[in-house]
Amino acid sequence: MDSAAPRFSAVGSGAALELRGVTRLFGALAALTDVTITVRPGERRAVLGSNGAGKTTLFNCVTGDFPPSSGTIRFFGEDITHFPPYERIRRGLRRTYQISALFPGLTVRDNVYLACRGVSRGRFSPLRPGANDALMHAAEALIQAVHLTPVREQLVAELAHGQQRQLEIALALAGAPRFILFDEPAAGLSPTERRELIEILTSLPAHIGYIIIEHDMDVALRVVESVTMMHNGRIFKEGLPHEIEADPEVQELYLGAGHE
Amino acid sequence: MSLVQGAHRETSPPAGARANLLAWPEFNQPAVWVVAAILLIMPFIASGFFLIEIFATTLILGTIALSLMFLAGYGGMVSLMQLTVAGFAAYMVAVFGMSANTNISLGWPWWLATPMALVLATIFGTLGGTLAVRTEGIYTIMITLAIGAAFYYFTNQNWAIFGGHTGINTIATPKFWGVDWRSDVPYYYVTLGVAAFCYFAVQYVSRAPFGLALQGVRDNPRRMAALGFNVNAHRVAAYAFASFIAALGGVLQVWNYRQISPGSVSVGACIDILIIAVVGGITRPIGPFIGAFIFVILRTFALDLLVKFGLDGNRFRLLIGLGFLAIVFWSSDGVIGLWERWRRRAADTHTRPSGGHGHG
Repeated sequence: MDSAAPRFSAVGSGAALELRGVTRLFGALAALTDVTITVRPGERRAVLGSNGAGKTTLFNCVTGDFPPSSGTIRFFGEDITHFPPYERIRRGLRRTYQISALFPGLTVRDNVYLACRGVSRGRFSPLRPGANDALMHAAEALIQAVHLTPVREQLVAELAHGQQRQLEIALALAGAPRFILFDEPAAGLSPTERRELIEILTSLPAHIGYIIIEHDMDVALRVVESVTMMHNGRIFKEGLPHEIEADPEVQELYLGAGHE
Repeated sequence: MSLVQGAHRETSPPAGARANLLAWPEFNQPAVWVVAAILLIMPFIASGFFLIEIFATTLILGTIALSLMFLAGYGGMVSLMQLTVAGFAAYMVAVFGMSANTNISLGWPWWLATPMALVLATIFGTLGGTLAVRTEGIYTIMITLAIGAAFYYFTNQNWAIFGGHTGINTIATPKFWGVDWRSDVPYYYVTLGVAAFCYFAVQYVSRAPFGLALQGVRDNPRRMAALGFNVNAHRVAAYAFASFIAALGGVLQVWNYRQISPGSVSVGACIDILIIAVVGGITRPIGPFIGAFIFVILRTFALDLLVKFGLDGNRFRLLIGLGFLAIVFWSSDGVIGLWERWRRRAADTHTRPSGGHGHG
């Protein structure tokens, strides 16, 4: 494992995220088989692979949406394998969804405010936020960061696709994230919106690591320092972006599956 | 540029942006002030019969239906046991307070019996909610209906505490400061005060973190968990809040009739609350009160109307049923939805439609 000093008071090994022998079964189907991955704090990694390679299932196991059938998951040294999703999130894990998972009946601001509230105290507060509510300020700042200020009073159901994708990212940035899982954040974005996305990802503070699932190599390879290639629920290859790109086996697999 | 908290002080959101979160936007409508004024001077307009049988009854049923609106409209949980929680509170007032059934009633003064009833009914509703939140959709309806039905049959058969099928009669009502609070005018103001308190509490909480998070749970429970919320704990808390409101309605009801029997907590009565909430509209707290008003008017006058047309007066439920069918058919969000669409069409000429509040 890389010996880079953890920038956080990490307990144990110093890895931000450590999966050991993670397997996830859906009935008889193994969506993930014996996946072992170690990611350093602050590391930025892409997960590539064709549809059905197990990329999103990997995310679901890490966040607890679907807990793994076997194996262990450690987050900054802490065994979170059996934690409910909200406990993992409160420890600094975040994720976005491939298909936007927002609150269509609420405004943009309320969506982001909920994200800020979810990782702080007072989730059950029956008191309306005051004029100087710190979380409301934080929400406004996040909305500005993803360029949604002009539509912040609108219901999410009325937003355009690209705006919903940006909101999806804003929700994952709330609070003090330590590690983020981005599930195809660029899906369906226009070239301009893709540039904005790359700008957001590259301007994240250095201590925030992430894993990004992305089919678009132009986006993926510009924002990561390492790549994991998955195939049929297993880790197929790991390496630096240019190594993976040049790998003949990967090329065969990936071009065989086709760019999406 | 930093995207995380800590650097947020450098951005100053426009002042007007947060104002509507702090203020009560609902007070900006003149209609609200007109209705409030009419309700306040009602005793000078209406006779005792109208004051109690129409308006106080509307406020009581509206309050109980409001608790369902809170759960269904904000939480996406259709609970059929809200009347059961109210009935439980009513029974507890009778059991702990004073009544003609001296072998049952403990004879506590009202100011002890009432808080006791509210606390126990809130616990009862919260426990029921704890069972119900393990399920979704139609199964929530089934579980809460089962709780309602079980309570009805239990009260029928239990003589030691619930007085069997005859129930508990001649229940004492509060008298203090030289006022008999069950006489028509004071009682009307008590119900108006409690109903207004519940209405504003729901309206206020809907914009507070607790209420917003509940709406988030309604829209996307999985994402709420991925934002750090314990979804089931939030749902149970919503049941606790709603149970307290229903319990307040139950206390008012038992003071009104001065008796409580299984007939008041029957499955039919549970479903009446659902009808009231849906007819009025479950997207806003005012909906249940509108629904209750329509329900009470129909129940009171449909009988005479039907007899006038040579029909059996007991068929008034037929009218309610037809009204229910018509409203669900034309407006899934009740009378409130009809009214909002009408207003939007009126305003459409010069402004952009602002969209509905919440989902249908």
